[in-house]
Amino acid sequence: MLTYDLAADGLRGLNAALQAQSPDTNQSQWDVINPKGSHAIAVGLNAPIDVTVHGSTGYYCAGMNQQANIRVKGSVGPGVCENMMSGKVVIEGDASQYAGATGHGCLLVIKGNASSRCGISMKGMDIVVHRNIGHMSAFMAQAGNLVVCGDAGDALGDSLYEARLFVRGSVKSLGADCIEKEMRPEHIAILSDLLEKAESDAKPEEFKRYGSARKLYNFDVDKNTTY
Amino acid sequence: MCGIVGLFLKDKSLEPKLGQMLSEMLITMTDRGPDSAGIAIYGQEQKGRSKLTVQSEGGREDYAALQNDLAAALETDLSITTNDTHAVIDVAADKASELRTILSAQHPDIRVMSQGDSIEIYKEVGLPGAVSERFHVSAMSGSHGIGHTRMATESAVTTDGAHPYSTGPDQCLVHNGSLSNHNALRRKLTRNGIKIESQNDTEVGAAYLTWKMSQGNSLGEALESSLKDLDGFFTFVVGTKDGFGVLRDPIACKPAVLAETDQYVAFGSEHRALVNLPGIEDARVWEPEPATVYFWSH
Amino acid sequence: MEPKTPRTLPIQSATFTKEVNAEIRRAAATGIYDIRGGGAKRKLPHFDDLVFLGASVSRYPLEGYRETCNTKVTLGTRFAKNPIELDIPITIAGMSFGALSGQAKEALGRGASAAGTSTTTGDGGMTPEERGHSSKLVYQYLPSRYGMNPDDLRKADAIEVVVGQGAKPGGGGMLLGQKISDRVAQMRTLPKGIDQRSACRHPDWTGPDDLEIKLLELREITNWKVPIYVKVGATRPYYDTALAVKSGADVVVLDGMQGGTAATQDVFIEHVGIPILAAIRPAVRALQDLGVHRDVQLIVSGGIRNGADVAKAMALGADAVAIGTAALIALGDNDPKWEAEYQKLGTTAGAYDDWHEGQDPAGITTQDPTLSARLDPIDAGRRLRNYLKVMTLEAQTIARACGHNDLRNLEPEDLCAVTVEAAAMAQVPLAGTDWYPGKPGTGY
Repeated sequence: MLTYDLAADGLRGLNAALQAQSPDTNQSQWDVINPKGSHAIAVGLNAPIDVTVHGSTGYYCAGMNQQANIRVKGSVGPGVCENMMSGKVVIEGDASQYAGATGHGCLLVIKGNASSRCGISMKGMDIVVHRNIGHMSAFMAQAGNLVVCGDAGDALGDSLYEARLFVRGSVKSLGADCIEKEMRPEHIAILSDLLEKAESDAKPEEFKRYGSARKLYNFDVDKNTTY
Repeated sequence: MCGIVGLFLKDKSLEPKLGQMLSEMLITMTDRGPDSAGIAIYGQEQKGRSKLTVQSEGGREDYAALQNDLAAALETDLSITTNDTHAVIDVAADKASELRTILSAQHPDIRVMSQGDSIEIYKEVGLPGAVSERFHVSAMSGSHGIGHTRMATESAVTTDGAHPYSTGPDQCLVHNGSLSNHNALRRKLTRNGIKIESQNDTEVGAAYLTWKMSQGNSLGEALESSLKDLDGFFTFVVGTKDGFGVLRDPIACKPAVLAETDQYVAFGSEHRALVNLPGIEDARVWEPEPATVYFWSH
Repeated sequence: MEPKTPRTLPIQSATFTKEVNAEIRRAAATGIYDIRGGGAKRKLPHFDDLVFLGASVSRYPLEGYRETCNTKVTLGTRFAKNPIELDIPITIAGMSFGALSGQAKEALGRGASAAGTSTTTGDGGMTPEERGHSSKLVYQYLPSRYGMNPDDLRKADAIEVVVGQGAKPGGGGMLLGQKISDRVAQMRTLPKGIDQRSACRHPDWTGPDDLEIKLLELREITNWKVPIYVKVGATRPYYDTALAVKSGADVVVLDGMQGGTAATQDVFIEHVGIPILAAIRPAVRALQDLGVHRDVQLIVSGGIRNGADVAKAMALGADAVAIGTAALIALGDNDPKWEAEYQKLGTTAGAYDDWHEGQDPAGITTQDPTLSARLDPIDAGRRLRNYLKVMTLEAQTIARACGHNDLRNLEPEDLCAVTVEAAAMAQVPLAGTDWYPGKPGTGY
């Protein structure tokens, strides 16, 4: 186990050390202490290592993550896991805006609340939020699954493409072209698997599914006001 | 674009350290705002007395003489305490508005930064650390305060352009964001008799709130109206006599973080600004909802 | 028999022109705005309205060949460990695979590399072919983030954060279903054949205070190695340049309204954004006011066509230019040899701009395999290289005639204007006078 004191030794040193790890490294367990709300912690990692951040971070924690397992024992600022490609990230506290923005792969788990624009433009990753999410979440979400065990804010899934949204609680309002859809056995299976990986007790049957009505897929003059 | 900090103390024993805590928070927001900085501190008040914080470009040498002149003109005792380019004029409360009239007529080089029972506003061009140091903010005490670091968007980097802006007695406004209809609003407010000094969009926001309140609205109602009348992106923090208020526009892209413990309520544009506050590890930390007015008061 | 009463000649309205009336009829028929490619087509104050003051009795020219005139430029000296060194101050602007065919992107890469300069990816991500054929590749970071990934980010020689572009400042990308082929769809994670909708803001930051943090993240991911450009459409160039500098950009890229796009609403192209001629001086003044002119480099684009445009842009203070439309024309876009096919499409060579339909006879702005096979990347690459070489020689000719041994030594005082508008926008005197509108102290 390696411990890195971010306040004492600085961000560049941390990211350089973590990014230098190869897939067969023996330095696979890292503890980061004194994050003090810093930005860009553990970004651009590319090895199956385990990193635990003890405290809360600023923007873009775990940005563009590949393969690493990152756990934050605290809350994170805007853009956690933005453009993540693979790996798993668990946030024990809350996440600020744009959590999981444009992510392509693997799993982001938020045990607290996520704020607005959760999963914006997501491109294939999975996000599971144990509590609530804010407004404009899953805006232009292209692919992947967003699972919300609590409530969702205004304009959920506005301009959605093919991402799947599962919400257990209430949805304040749906965005353009986002509609409630039928839950079928294959969706229950997907949800079940994600909830288990996300260490959640919620039952798939308690969720509703939302997705694209696909009416904005080709420009249509009569949909003028939706643009 | 900017950084905002705010601190409202519930625990009176922390009051002597307000300036130091606020100053530290402000300096962590330097990256967001390297151009200028400002702070509004709500400190000592004396019954029946009013304080005007004033500024004069490059400072004045003759505040002593000015003190005598003004005391004579107003037929009241009056004291002036200088602080770098600023000064605090302490005067009987019922003479405050007469004082402002005399200042504006006879001493146009003196800018009034704030007026009220307890508020003092200090702001200048320069890095937040430098601004804090020149005014000895770390030595100030009080019950609450807000601070701002500025990255100018569409107006010049000047003292005039720095925040906080006074919106009325014991009130002020700081802003992070960019208003898109500030020019048309500036013209409308100017036609309604409001004096606006700079091209800064925030000054228009402050003048708008002042104007709304002059029409009989409370600060809360003025803030609600601003959701309709102001166009653009904003996080507003307003300082009031008793505490502070927060409002984010409906789109809510500009950041805002709140933290609360038994000892304080704190605001920061980033979590980074809050990390050195006592007990922050156990604080309740959350983000204000868009288009919702929040107030904390004693 | 003579007509009894003379008649007036028919007069076409300058306001309700044939083009305008045809557009009104089209709008009435379809109910949707007109979408096209290219940049602003209408006549605007441009570099043609400026001329150089060549050598005379007070100023002496340089001979060609032996008396060298340097054309090299280095971009990204502010923060990057590996700035980009270019042999010529002309780069290829961002254009996507998706908007352009694979062959066209390859041709751009070949030509630019042969000329010792860079190409730029577009709204769709980096293709392996593009990285393979370009010796220097700038990777665009756009609001859509289509195809964005850290592996490609690290393969790039520079990163260009796109806030906007000249054709549509405030607008996002657009690619209609006809061009979303299997490969494009896969790269962009979109269903095949749909119309791609555009995000106009970045998904995870808004404003220069947050951009600063985003640049920190990108630098941390790429080990602070490569320069980061910030690209804006020309609107408020003074403030935008100042804010790009304050947020930590190594290079500012400024694109005027003549700058092209693959597809957007015509109303955006023609009516939003300012001419590049008007944007350069304010941008340079912002750099000078912050004390970073030449330390933070400025690349300008939007209607750059020849070496005179290059020299004029640099005389006004730019460090380099970028070409988009001109590069495509050099490859063979809108060539009269395809006139019969243009006619079938209802247009003519030079006017063809419905690139979003993906039926380009020249095989450049299309994904159709038959059409795109018409472009031979090796031959087209050679054409581009020739063209870049000519532009460079032209710029050198002008610089030498003005007595300069380096293109970057060209200055505004080497220029004057032949129209009042150009004088005002470029802040250089009207020829034969020492005045321009807005000159301090003249009361105008």
